[in-house]
Amino acid sequence: MTLPFSPATATLGSLPLWPLFALIPLAGLACFAWIIRRRLEPLLRAAPDPRRDRVGVRLLLVLKIWLAQWRHPRYLLAGVLHIVLFLGFLVLGARSLQMVFLGIWPGFALPGLGAGYAAVKDVAATLTLAAVLVLAVRRAAFMPERYRVPPGLGKDHTPEALAILGLIATLLLSEGLFEGSLLAAGTERGIPLTLPWAFAGLLGGTAAGTLAGIHTAAYAVHDVAFFAFLCILPLGKHFHVITSLFNVFFMRVETGNVKPVRHGVPDAQLDEVKSFGVKTLEDFTWKHILDFYSCADCGRCSDRCPANAVGRPLSPRFISIKGRDHAFERFPLLGGATAPAPLIGGIYSEAEIWSCTTCGACEEECPLGIEYIDKIVDLRRGLVDDGLVPQGVQKPLSALEKRGNPWGKLERKRGEWAAQAGVPVKSAEKGETAPLLYFADSMTSYDDRSQRIAQATARILHRAGEDFAILGKEERDSGHDVRRFGEEMLFQSLRDQNVEAIGASGAGAIVVSDPHALNALRHDYPGVPEVRHISELIAEGIGRGALKPSPAKDQRTYTLHDPCYLGRHNGVYDAPRQAMDGIPGLKRVEMEGNCRDRSFCCGGGGLMLFMEHEEKERMGARRVEMARAAGADVIVTACPYCLTNIEDAIKVAGLEGKMEAIDLCELVDAHLDN
Amino acid sequence: MEILVCVKRVPDPAENEITVEGGDIGRDDLVYAVNEWDNYAVEEALQIVEREGGSVTVVTVGGAEADETLRREMAMGAEKGLLLSDPAFEGADGLGVARVLAAAVRKGAYDLVLTGAMADDGAAQVGGMLAALLDWPFASLVNRIEGTGPLRIGREIEGGAQEVSDIDLPCVLSIQTGINEPRYVGIRGIRKVASAEIPVLDAAALGADPGAPKVRRLAYFVPEAGPGAELLEGGTRDVAARLAGILKAKGGIK
Repeated sequence: MTLPFSPATATLGSLPLWPLFALIPLAGLACFAWIIRRRLEPLLRAAPDPRRDRVGVRLLLVLKIWLAQWRHPRYLLAGVLHIVLFLGFLVLGARSLQMVFLGIWPGFALPGLGAGYAAVKDVAATLTLAAVLVLAVRRAAFMPERYRVPPGLGKDHTPEALAILGLIATLLLSEGLFEGSLLAAGTERGIPLTLPWAFAGLLGGTAAGTLAGIHTAAYAVHDVAFFAFLCILPLGKHFHVITSLFNVFFMRVETGNVKPVRHGVPDAQLDEVKSFGVKTLEDFTWKHILDFYSCADCGRCSDRCPANAVGRPLSPRFISIKGRDHAFERFPLLGGATAPAPLIGGIYSEAEIWSCTTCGACEEECPLGIEYIDKIVDLRRGLVDDGLVPQGVQKPLSALEKRGNPWGKLERKRGEWAAQAGVPVKSAEKGETAPLLYFADSMTSYDDRSQRIAQATARILHRAGEDFAILGKEERDSGHDVRRFGEEMLFQSLRDQNVEAIGASGAGAIVVSDPHALNALRHDYPGVPEVRHISELIAEGIGRGALKPSPAKDQRTYTLHDPCYLGRHNGVYDAPRQAMDGIPGLKRVEMEGNCRDRSFCCGGGGLMLFMEHEEKERMGARRVEMARAAGADVIVTACPYCLTNIEDAIKVAGLEGKMEAIDLCELVDAHLDN
Repeated sequence: MEILVCVKRVPDPAENEITVEGGDIGRDDLVYAVNEWDNYAVEEALQIVEREGGSVTVVTVGGAEADETLRREMAMGAEKGLLLSDPAFEGADGLGVARVLAAAVRKGAYDLVLTGAMADDGAAQVGGMLAALLDWPFASLVNRIEGTGPLRIGREIEGGAQEVSDIDLPCVLSIQTGINEPRYVGIRGIRKVASAEIPVLDAAALGADPGAPKVRRLAYFVPEAGPGAELLEGGTRDVAARLAGILKAKGGIK
C-alpha cells in the first residue's frame, strides 16, 4: 500500500521534519539512560542478595503475578481496570516502538505484526482509553480510602496519578488521531467504535493537505509524549511500569523464612561483620531498594495491615514510599550522592519498626511482590546492634539468654505440664525416646492457660496411637520471635541448643502445636526432621479413622481464626478446617473476606506479648468483631498466642459468656471422649 | 569527664525463684545479672561522655565470676573495666566494700563516681560511705544530671516532687532507675569485648584493707503470714482477677 503521506517525508515549510523525528528519540533515550544510570547507583552500592536460584519458579511467578496479574482482582474494580491498562500497555508497546521508526522510515512495520496486530492494537487502545477515563474519574471523585496520605506523610498523591493518566490519554489519543487522519484520507474507516474510526469519521471530507498536517502533528505529539512518559516514569510511583517485571522475577520464592544477616556470610563468621542490620539506605539489599522503586502506591498492603488498622504508627506502604523518596534524595539525578544518613530518626521511627507483627498480610497482597518482613527484621537488627531495644523486651531477652524462656522460669519446670496430661508423656530429660517429638515451645510449656493446649495435644497424640516424647528441660524457646525481633545471635544460640537436643532425642519426625515453633523449625532450623502442625495430624487421623470425634456437644456456631504462621507463612489452611468438620454436626462459618490468606493478625506472638504499643484498639478486639459479624459464638484458633490475645479481647469487649475462644486441640480433645 | 561506675553482680530477681533454705537463700539454680540500678548508672555515664567527652570505667569488687558483669557493662560502651579481687575482700560488709572502692578511686583521676541507688541484694549504703571516705560530696537517688561542673542534679523526694541542686565535682552520685533507658546488650555485644584486658587489683596493689566486718548477717527467713495478710495463690490471671476484685471491693480502684 502506498501511503498518501508520512511524517518521515513531511516538511515544515521547506525544512524536512525527519531529522527532528530522529532527534526526539535520541534525546529521549539519552535522558532515560541517564536517569536509569542514576537510579541504579543505590542498587550497586546496596548489600548483596544472590536471588539467581530457582529460575523456573521465578519464571512461573512472572507468568502468574506479572503477566496474569494474579493478585489484582483481590481488589476487584481496581484490579480489573489495572488488567485492562496492563494488557493495553503490552499490546501498545510494540506499536509505540513502531511509531518511533515511522518518523524516519515511511511505512515501517515490526516483523510479524501485520494487519491482525493493527486491528488488535486499535481495539486495545480504545479499551485502554476507556479504563484511563474511569480511573481518572475514580481517582478525582471517588478515591478509595487506601489512597489517602495520612497527615505528616506528605502531600496527596492524586496530582501525580492524574498527570500520568493524562499523559497516557495523550499517547492514546495522538496515536488514534495519527491513524484516523490517515484513514480519513482513504476510503477505509477502520474498526467501528475504535479511536481511529472515530477520528476518521470526524475528519471525513477534510482536504488531504490538512489531513497530512494533522497526521504529522499527531505524530509529533505522540513522539514527544512517549519519550516524556518514558523519562517521567522513573521519577515516581509509575517507575513500576519499568521495574515490575524485574521485581516479580526476583521476588521471594519462599514464605516464612527470614533473610540472613548478610548474604554470603555463614553464621560462624558473623562476628566479623562490623555492623548488623540496616542503618542507612546502603545497608538494604539491592532487591529491597528495587522494592522501593517498584511500589505503585496502591495502598493494598496498608489496607490489610493489622498494625495500620488499629492505629499503630506503621503503614507498610510508607515504608516503601519513604524509602523511595529517601533514595531519590540521596542519589539525585544531577549532582553527586549525599552522605549516608541514619534511617531511624530520619525517615523511619523506632515505634514504626516495632509495630509490625510480621503477620505477612502486606506481602500476601502486594501485586508487585514487594517484601516487608525482611526489611523490618533488618531494621530491627540495626536497632538491636545499637542497643535500641524497647525496655519491655529487654528483660524477656535476657531471660531467654539465661533460662531459655522469656519469663525467666526455671528450666526444670518446662515439662511440668505433662504431669496433668492424663496420659503418659515420655520425656528426653528422663532419657526416654520416641519416633515422634512433640516440641511444645515456651508459651505452651509455661503459660497456665496454654498448658491446656499441650495437655490436649498429648491426649490427641495418645489417642491417635502415636509414640511420642517431649524434650522437657532440654528444650529451649524456638527463638522464632527472637529472630524476628532482630536479636540474631541470641536466636542462633537458642537454635543451636535445640538442634542438638532434637538430634540427641533420636526422633524421626516432629509435631508442634504452636505455629511459631512450626515456622522456626521448618524454616530457621537446618537439618531437623520434618515438622508438622498438630492440625495436620488431626485431619489425617480423622481421615484414616484413627480419631473418631463424637458429635458436636452444642449448637453454637464456630469459626476458625487462621494463625498467620500456620496459614499465610506455611500454607496450612485446610487441615484445621477438616479437623473441625470431622466433628459431626459442628456448625462452622467463615469470616468471609478475612479468612485464609486474608486472616487478620490477633496481635502477634512471642516477644510481642511484652510490647506496649501506641494504638487505638487491640488487634484482637478487631478480630473478635469480625467473628461476631460472621455470626460465630466460638473462635477456634490453633496457636497459643492467638488464643491468649483473642481471649483477652473477648474480656475487654465484655463479651465473656457470649463468645469464647478455644484452641483446635482443646476442641478436638473434648470430642474424643467416646 | 572521667567517670567511674561501681557495679555489682547479683542474683537476677526476674529470673530466679528466691527461696530460703537453712538461713541462706537457695543458691542452686540461681542465675546472675548486673544489678539493675547499675545499668542506669552506666547508661548515664555513657550519655555524659557522649555529650562532654571523657571516658567511662566500670569497677566491681568480687571474684573471677564478676568478670562477666564487667564485660556486660563494657559491651554497653564503658571503655575500661577494673576488677578488685582478693580473698581478703570476701565477706566484707558495706563499709569494707566502700574502703576497697575508695582505694581504687584514689588510684585513678576520676571527676565523678556513680553507683546504683541500691542493689537487689544490698542495703543502699556503699555510695554514701564511699563519698565520706573520699571526703567528696554525695547525692542519692539522682534521676537527672545536666551541665559540666558543678553538675545540676535532680533528686526524687517524697510525694513525687523533684529537688534540684548543684553539686561540685568531684562527687559521688547514686543513680535511680528511670533516669534514662539503658541500652540493650546482646550476646554479640559481649563477644566484641570478650578479649578486652581487664586489670585485676588485689589488696596489696590497692593498699586497701576492708577490715573485719562489723555487720554480720544472721539469717534469712520468710515471715509467716499474720492476721490481716491474705496470700493469693494460683495462676497469674486468676490472681490478677481476684486482686482486682479485692481492690474494687475495698475501694482501692473504681
